[in-house]
Amino acid sequence: MSDKEETEGSEGPVAPRRVIGTPPPTPRLLGSTAVAEGGHGGQVSDETGRGEHIGGEIPTHPVDEAHAKRVEKIVAACFIFAFISGCGFIAAYVGFEVGSNRLGAGDSVVDAALRSNLALGTSLAVTLIALGLGALLWVRHLMPDVEVVEERHELRSDPKDRQAFEQYFKEGASNSQFVKRPLVRRTLMLGTLPLLAAPVVLLRDLGPLPGTSLRHTVWSPGRRLLVFGTDTPITSAEFSVPGSAITIVPEGYADDADALTKATVTLIKFRPGELDIPTTMTGSTLIGTMNWTVDNIVAYSRICTHVGCPVGLYEQTTHHLLCPCHQSTFNAAKGAEVIFGPAPRPLPQLPITVDAQGYLVAKSDFTQPVGPSFWERG
Amino acid sequence: MSDNFDVPAPLEGVGGWLDDRFHGARGFRVLMRKVFPDHWSFMLGEIALWSFVILLLSGTFLSLFFVPSMTDVVYHGSYVKLDGIRMSEAYQSTVSISFDVRGGLLMRQIHHWAADLFMASLIIHMLRVFFTGAYRKPREVNWLIGVGLFTLGLLEGLFGYSLPDDQLSGAGLRIFEGVLQGIPIVGTYLAFFLFGGGFPGNDIVPRMYVLHVLLIPGLLLGLITAHLFIMFHQKHTQMPAKGNTEKNVRGQPFFPYFLAKGGAWFFFIFAALVLLATFAEINPIWLYGPYTPVAISSASQPDFYMGILEGSLRMMPAWEINGFGHTLSLSVLIPAAVPLGIIFGGAAIWPFFEQWATGDRSFHNINDRPRNAPMRTGIGVAAVVFYGVLWAEGANDVIADKLQIPLYTITWISRVLVFVGPAAAFFVTKRICLALQRQDKETLLHGYESGIIRQLPNGEFIEVHRPVNEEARAVLEAKTVPALMPAPGSEDENGLPAPSSRGALGKVRARANRAFAETIVVETNGHGNGHEVGNGHGAAVEAGQAGEQASVGSAAAGQLPAGENPADSPGSGI
Repeated sequence: MSDKEETEGSEGPVAPRRVIGTPPPTPRLLGSTAVAEGGHGGQVSDETGRGEHIGGEIPTHPVDEAHAKRVEKIVAACFIFAFISGCGFIAAYVGFEVGSNRLGAGDSVVDAALRSNLALGTSLAVTLIALGLGALLWVRHLMPDVEVVEERHELRSDPKDRQAFEQYFKEGASNSQFVKRPLVRRTLMLGTLPLLAAPVVLLRDLGPLPGTSLRHTVWSPGRRLLVFGTDTPITSAEFSVPGSAITIVPEGYADDADALTKATVTLIKFRPGELDIPTTMTGSTLIGTMNWTVDNIVAYSRICTHVGCPVGLYEQTTHHLLCPCHQSTFNAAKGAEVIFGPAPRPLPQLPITVDAQGYLVAKSDFTQPVGPSFWERG
Repeated sequence: MSDNFDVPAPLEGVGGWLDDRFHGARGFRVLMRKVFPDHWSFMLGEIALWSFVILLLSGTFLSLFFVPSMTDVVYHGSYVKLDGIRMSEAYQSTVSISFDVRGGLLMRQIHHWAADLFMASLIIHMLRVFFTGAYRKPREVNWLIGVGLFTLGLLEGLFGYSLPDDQLSGAGLRIFEGVLQGIPIVGTYLAFFLFGGGFPGNDIVPRMYVLHVLLIPGLLLGLITAHLFIMFHQKHTQMPAKGNTEKNVRGQPFFPYFLAKGGAWFFFIFAALVLLATFAEINPIWLYGPYTPVAISSASQPDFYMGILEGSLRMMPAWEINGFGHTLSLSVLIPAAVPLGIIFGGAAIWPFFEQWATGDRSFHNINDRPRNAPMRTGIGVAAVVFYGVLWAEGANDVIADKLQIPLYTITWISRVLVFVGPAAAFFVTKRICLALQRQDKETLLHGYESGIIRQLPNGEFIEVHRPVNEEARAVLEAKTVPALMPAPGSEDENGLPAPSSRGALGKVRARANRAFAETIVVETNGHGNGHEVGNGHGAAVEAGQAGEQASVGSAAAGQLPAGENPADSPGSGI
């Protein structure tokens, strides 16, 4: 597109590159009052006093009408093509139905959507390309090639104007007595202060205060562990294959996203002797112990202590729990201690036991907040 | 309007009609004559502009069908694989746009691709502006607006791709909420107010929706308008070339040339997006399923422009400070704030830092060639490497999988590389810039190698060098050499330190000034003496690092007088 790309390293003196066959400009352009012909363009001053050159390289040879005619036909062909393709777009819209309501019984909805997408997209793209191509050929081959050199007006105003402006500002500031009367100034500031706080105050009802809600989950003594997906309770005997891990949701909250965000649990079965959870205390609170397991079955919070993704991957052979979001890795055999990654602390352990029917139930809620760190966590 | 023109009769009176109503004769004429320089790099910003237009168009279409609601429904629609599944209305309507609305899938994919193209072209446009120094006075405000547009674009994108409430974006939103919670003192309150309680609640989708379709686009539109008006008023910069000066701007007028070219460009960009939307599937939310806090999949990557945040979260070691009943979650705060803080904050203060360090307060309408500003180019490439390492780390699981490198190894490599990479990039880039300057100088002084070998009468073979032509010369000579401030710790004859280098800040400034001023001075006989004499401040001229002979010259010494025959100049400097 450019007549003046960097010519560094070019071989010998070259003439400014021109598109072959570009017709020369008409002698008068764009309302200018005079144009000098020849190799250097003319200096023109308009009524604003802004000087301007027109046509740094106006060729003197006549318009190549034959070439122009040929290009004109190509441009027209592009636009006709765009018209046809545009009609194709409308036809594709009408012709390719989507959605089970309008499709026949045996038709695949996905196939129909993709078919429609293909037809609509292709016809639209072809239309746009044809229009763009036509416009481009038009401007490059049919419009006279001009180059305008425009003077920049100084951004800096005349010193007199600058001074007058400053003067006026100072005068206005002085007339306002803003500096002279501090009482007015300060009471004004005081007066607007509550108004500035108003938007923040108004946003208060966007949500409840956090309170202690981040410290608790819906787990409570005796609440059954349900298998995610089937939503059925499970006994330790049913969960007897060592190495297996399943996702657990609390009974009564299997469809409650708010509750599940904190309460989801991973249940893992170990071979005898593999599981070794050190007894851990935070202050006087017990947060990890073998006593909270049943038959080498342990329950950890599924919510990563980093930023709250579900720790979804379990590798049987190494007993590693891995969070796919940021790769925090926990050793499930050792109280879910952190092995790698940005998580700052182990996954909280849920105390579990069995109820009278033999189903796995929670002994209590988690004894520490689950999920990501927050300021009040401590 | 004048005679002699081929204008259809109905258009004859347009000028008069407009002037009668708006007094626009002069104003509209100036508008139509606005000069647009012809350089490929100037089209990058246009890509962003046209992408934005396409985003508005396709977004309006989508908003007619999208239901921004988190109300639970059970799906019984066209897509049988999700039949009977509980989901939000937002997700249901997005599936419906994809399968039940003709052109809906196309529009969704155009919208998503256009968002990616918008951000990508924005980044590349900013790099162009940075590396050519086009942000310099008087264009600092427009640069700041650009930084603001980039920041808003990130948020707009995040909220946009989170709207369908699918499994992938829901996980991203959960991460966003987890990061919010980590902010000291106000974090939990921010999270609870934004989400209307605990995660996910029932409010976040409608709230993000209004931010995504009203507030942020409104701000973007306002800022883009301001960006264009300021650009228009200040006129374009231009690359150094023969005939381009600080006082003029060369190119083709808006009407009809740029109008037609810009129109064609719009069609091409639109076409490219339509082709992508037709043949390259993006964000197939029906495969991800509706969001549930229980599930997750590996290879969960956000859109590319959020990759830097994802990468820094992955890279961070588990640092956390607990005490006084509070938790300071550094493993979340540092990655969330520091990398983007460096990129955005650094970009925002850079023009002012450069002015401060170089003492250059003059207007600049001719851009720099990147090689002629080694310090800036070095810093820019360092920033690109910094960004790139963090960005690649955001896909470390994918890289580990594809290249069969252990995951932790990749994370460790990136932890080292994020510090070492930018430093090495800075050093190497600066060296390359100076070497290219030296090559330019050679070309300027001795011409270019013509490939013609000639035998002299004494039997010696020489290669004929041809002087560079005028066009190339104009480019090669377009180098401004920064003025030197007094050297760090320099004193006058009375033992008083120079005012500008006084104090700790002054020393920093003097040092920064040296770094910016490192350049290869083109000297010609009878003129170039910056090397020996110095620059009037009496400052010693420093050599560059390690055997490098880059010299520092004054502004005057760096300029080669036009028309001087370079062929017999000895090139005394090097």
